[in-house]
Amino acid sequence: MAVKSQEERSIANEDDILDVRNSVKRVTALLNFSLVNQTKIISAASELARNTLEHGKGGKSIIQLVTEPERIGIRLIFEDTGPGIPDLARALEDGYSTGRGMGLGLGGAKRLMDDFDIESKENEGTRVTVTKWTEKN
Amino acid sequence: MTRETAVPLHEMISGAKEEILTEWIKNQLSDKSRSKGVPEASLRNSSSEFIRLFEEAITKGNVDDIEKPEWEEMRHMLAELSATRASQGSTPSDTAKFIFSLKEPLFARLTPEKGQGNTEASAAVWQLSLLLDKLGLYTAETFQRTREAIIRRQQKEMLEMSTPVIKVWDGVVAVPLIGTLDSARTQIVMETLLQKIVDTGSRIAILDITGVPTVDTQTAQHLMKTVSATRLMGAECIISGIRPQIAQTIVHLGIDINDIVTKATMADAIKEALARGGWSFERHLESV
Repeated sequence: MAVKSQEERSIANEDDILDVRNSVKRVTALLNFSLVNQTKIISAASELARNTLEHGKGGKSIIQLVTEPERIGIRLIFEDTGPGIPDLARALEDGYSTGRGMGLGLGGAKRLMDDFDIESKENEGTRVTVTKWTEKN
Repeated sequence: MTRETAVPLHEMISGAKEEILTEWIKNQLSDKSRSKGVPEASLRNSSSEFIRLFEEAITKGNVDDIEKPEWEEMRHMLAELSATRASQGSTPSDTAKFIFSLKEPLFARLTPEKGQGNTEASAAVWQLSLLLDKLGLYTAETFQRTREAIIRRQQKEMLEMSTPVIKVWDGVVAVPLIGTLDSARTQIVMETLLQKIVDTGSRIAILDITGVPTVDTQTAQHLMKTVSATRLMGAECIISGIRPQIAQTIVHLGIDINDIVTKATMADAIKEALARGGWSFERHLESV
């Protein structure tokens, strides 16, 4: 998998989530994702960015345009240096939340995207990587 | 030392006031990067006003602290100037440059009078330079404060503007939501909606989310809170404007909205609301 281009955005407040969403929207439109998939990717980005802000106490997002021989995609990386997630399996369960949310963000994002990867170390931070693919045209 | 050099300072300026002013205005007008928003007449006016107040203030002897009462009139004038310029669309650096550009003609007057290398002259230049810097920074700060006030006012206006509650029929109110639904927006929507329900005695409220670009779990949570609050008031809520892509995203996210009545379009929602109120309509084709 080759990274063709990437942009980085810090996530420090509510407005930054909007910026991340707009950047993701631009890239998905560029890649000719269908309207449904565009909406799915933007929603996933919104969920993960909010996690970074609320649970990770802020961090950054990296939006990448990635290619493989047969397909092209968008990869989103969300990184924070927050408290980390002690029980990953539990965090991915629907309805489990340590905050005031619905507890659907992480699992929801996983279902909305094609690839999902999460690494977390207690007191060091969390890194979530998600990718959505589309056929090359 | 301050008071010793201050006396010749103001004498120097009063002696050459007209000269300095003419040169200053000439410099400002010839500056290519000058914003076109400021008319020449107002530039002339504010320049001569500035010199007048400047002379007045330093005559009183204080050239260090612009927070002192001698400078009050000057601060007032600068605040007004930056406010006007902010609304005329000037940049902050443009407004600060107004003051910094006085340095050149002013210092040009100081040096020949006292001679090159004169320590007293360089002390005076240094003092005046510090003073003008402070005034310039003060202007830039005021400028920014004015801008911020404008932005805050517009934000508030936008918030209020974007959440109208419309009475569509007897007992039916509707809120077309446009833009991102954050906590602040939800709060305002809820307040105005609940008040309108009381005022109109409505039984049904329609929340239209056609204009909400992204529906994530937080947006859904806000919507559900609004629906619950409406129910507590004894009214029913219908959410309309659910686009196909939003419907699919909500399902994938796993958000449970089973106990909320939803419709694809506002028209469907109105039809449903009227049917619940016992209204029925007939279409008379011959009158079309």
